[in-house]
Amino acid sequence: MKRSKITTWLFWLIPLVFLAVFFYQPLLNIFRLVFSDRFNQGWQFFSLETLLRPLLFTLWQAFLSTVLTLVIGLPAAYLFAKFDFPGRKGLRALSLLPFILPTVVVATAFNTLLGPRGWLNLILMDLFNLSNPPLSLLNSLPGILLAHVFYNTSIVIRLVENSLTRLNPHFEEAARALGANPWRVFREVSLPLLMPSILSATLLVFLFDFTSFGVVLMLGGPQYATLEVEIYNQAMNRFNLPMASLLSIIQLAVTLLITSLQNRISTPRYGKAALSAESKTRVKAKTRLEKLYVAVSVILLLILFVAPILSLVSRSLITMEAERGERGEIETGFTLRYYTELFQNRSGSVFYANPLAAIRNSLVFSLLTMLIASALGLLSAYALAGSGRLTRFLEPLFMLPLGASAVILGLGFLISFNRAVWVGGHFPILIPIAHSLIALPFVVRTILPAIRSIPASLREAAQSMGANPWRVFREVDLPILLRAIIVSLAFSFTISLGEFGASSFLSSAQTPTIPTLIFRYISLPGALNYGQALAMSTLLLITSTAGSLLIEKIRFPGEELF
Amino acid sequence: MLTVKEIYKEYDALPLLNGLSFEVAQGELVCLLGSSGSGKSTMLRIIAGLEEPASGRIFWNGQDITQLPAHQRGFGLMFQDYALFPHKSVAENIAFGLRMAHTPKEEIDQIVRQSLESIRMLSFSDRPVTELSGGEQQRVALARALAPDPRLLMLDEPLGALDHNLRTELINELRQRLHASQKPVIYVTHDQEEAFALADRLLLLHEGRLIQEGSPEEVFRRPANAWVASFLGLGNLIPAARAKNGQIETEIGTLALPTSSCPETLHQGEQFSLLLRPEDAQLGLPAQENALSIQAQVLDCIFFRDYFRIEVTIKDQSLIIYSQQAFQPGKEIFVHWSEEDILCLPN
Repeated sequence: MKRSKITTWLFWLIPLVFLAVFFYQPLLNIFRLVFSDRFNQGWQFFSLETLLRPLLFTLWQAFLSTVLTLVIGLPAAYLFAKFDFPGRKGLRALSLLPFILPTVVVATAFNTLLGPRGWLNLILMDLFNLSNPPLSLLNSLPGILLAHVFYNTSIVIRLVENSLTRLNPHFEEAARALGANPWRVFREVSLPLLMPSILSATLLVFLFDFTSFGVVLMLGGPQYATLEVEIYNQAMNRFNLPMASLLSIIQLAVTLLITSLQNRISTPRYGKAALSAESKTRVKAKTRLEKLYVAVSVILLLILFVAPILSLVSRSLITMEAERGERGEIETGFTLRYYTELFQNRSGSVFYANPLAAIRNSLVFSLLTMLIASALGLLSAYALAGSGRLTRFLEPLFMLPLGASAVILGLGFLISFNRAVWVGGHFPILIPIAHSLIALPFVVRTILPAIRSIPASLREAAQSMGANPWRVFREVDLPILLRAIIVSLAFSFTISLGEFGASSFLSSAQTPTIPTLIFRYISLPGALNYGQALAMSTLLLITSTAGSLLIEKIRFPGEELF
Repeated sequence: MLTVKEIYKEYDALPLLNGLSFEVAQGELVCLLGSSGSGKSTMLRIIAGLEEPASGRIFWNGQDITQLPAHQRGFGLMFQDYALFPHKSVAENIAFGLRMAHTPKEEIDQIVRQSLESIRMLSFSDRPVTELSGGEQQRVALARALAPDPRLLMLDEPLGALDHNLRTELINELRQRLHASQKPVIYVTHDQEEAFALADRLLLLHEGRLIQEGSPEEVFRRPANAWVASFLGLGNLIPAARAKNGQIETEIGTLALPTSSCPETLHQGEQFSLLLRPEDAQLGLPAQENALSIQAQVLDCIFFRDYFRIEVTIKDQSLIIYSQQAFQPGKEIFVHWSEEDILCLPN
């Protein structure tokens, strides 16, 4: 009995110390900086307008993105919930893919579609014999909005389709038997029951749009800066850390507001009665209207989800040297050069910021993240699985980092460990730590339900048959948790591999990661740089897809991860 | 021999076990019978070492084992949900306890084999337990609990998860297997049918207290109080009091004190209950004097197996009687219970 209490404390202590040092301390330092003397120095180079502009723009673009996402996502959710059509499964898997894609991949994909060197402009230039790209969608609001829609439609589909399919059909049938016409059934029965999930999806999409960083940084250009991008600009380009901190606090406040709103809404109001465990059967489109609906939706979704990805992959395999010099002739052709070039160490040094180093760094960081996040996540999940007073008291401390933005984390690390001796002015050690903090919530959410799914009687049965506590863990818990642990490993690995927000603060020119190098290369002139950025993005795309396929394959069905 | 002494336990600041004491002898099958919330499962978990009592002690052959961790007690425990390890096969589940006891591999294989043979499930050896039917899971769970040769076997509602037909079918099998094992067994259930069919000795639990203990027959014939009679559904319970003239007054009639059944301890004026069993009801007027005789109206008459279950009403009291003869609702009939069939029970 006593020993088990000590173990319980250890479960709490290790993750808590980690969070205290690497999450709460940096956060505290951000706050301290705002209320220190240095803040006044920073304020001199700043004005209220430069504070309000990013805030208002962030809210505005998040609002527009959310509306657009719902306009596309709700009919798509209805399509997947109600209709059976050829290729349904494939399209659904495809529509869920964007959610797991790293921001840099999405940004480069849209670059290859809409950018000055992108397909759309190249085709138009070819068609109308233009010498300059006619469309400038890249540094524009529509570009950002499109990428956000691409990103977040999957959330709407996942959440709303789920409750649509599980909506107990007896409610609708009862309403119809009571004399309600189809419209009344929808308005008075189906919609109110679906509303919590629609609202929840809306707020979640808004939150993701509000905290969008990589997409806006890479597609928005200089004149469109969200709060997070402005934090980055202030910290990394103007070295105005106090101002970056103030922006972070504003960002945190709004994020907390949205999250608490979301938590309130997503608590089910009607209990489990509204949702049945088994899903309804889907039907084939019968009437002409239904057929039209299915056809139009499928085509639109295909364009939305396939075009950017196809564009990225194809553009990374085709050389187009038109933009290089004055040669009027466009040389086009299939090439693998962008890929082979990645693995050439041209400088002859391992420390040179070349793709090879970035790939090596990213792999090392991802492996470290995988181990740290999974180990901490396992301990935290066991701590949180308890039901004692200690759990209730300490649980909020674990839940707060869930809303942490990667950019603010990066800034906090920059401020806190700037002069730490053990970092030596470089931050490579901090990158996997930051990534672990970002992956931790996902790991906890994967492992915690698995721990809770183990009936107490299994452990007690093992105990009564003579297994000591360690044997009980090894024989009962571990084998049952194995799937969740593998999912956690895959999760933290893929998250780390594609992480951009925190890395953009912490990775120096000497220690690039794949995403930070993509960011650097895509803005450099020259077809080779552009092509290499695309090649790296394609590789990231493939690994993320493979990772998420693995996760989907082995995770327990019915768990929602966000 | 297991000795349980003065066990107290609270749950959410409410008393759950109130000084429970009993013993289980070698080879004896003891049933803890009580409704849910009576504390019977908690008692079992305390004996198994999965929970600690607030006070009181547990002894095994005179040795205090109250502080001994569960995995060192050597008691077998079978759960209501069976708690079969979903990640292990049938054979691996049965082998688990033997492995914990560091039994040699060949011996484990042999015991598992024998054990599977005895439940006629040898061919299921490598199947995942998740593919078994309810009855098969029940058999495997019992085999797993018995495999390491525990000093004491405890079963917590082992048939509770099964449907009624399967349950009656398995009671006999369980009875034979438990007796064949010759181990002391504690069997927890809320189902009196199970308890009466299996137990050598019954322990009736109510609100954490031991209300009555005895063989099924003793308990059935002489329930200790009105609660026991009502819990076991033994028959009609009529509030009664002793009148000054030595007779017993009830709302439905008066009768001369049946000396054989009503102890003198029931003082004058004290409230108690009369147990009138439906199967002892006799139609017509009584031949002798010491009987409770009523004239009642038939409310309902239902055919039940080989008799009629008749609900009659008298002075707002509704009684159940069994009869070979059917009656139309509304008919007035005479019913009586002889003195020797009436039990006086304290409330």
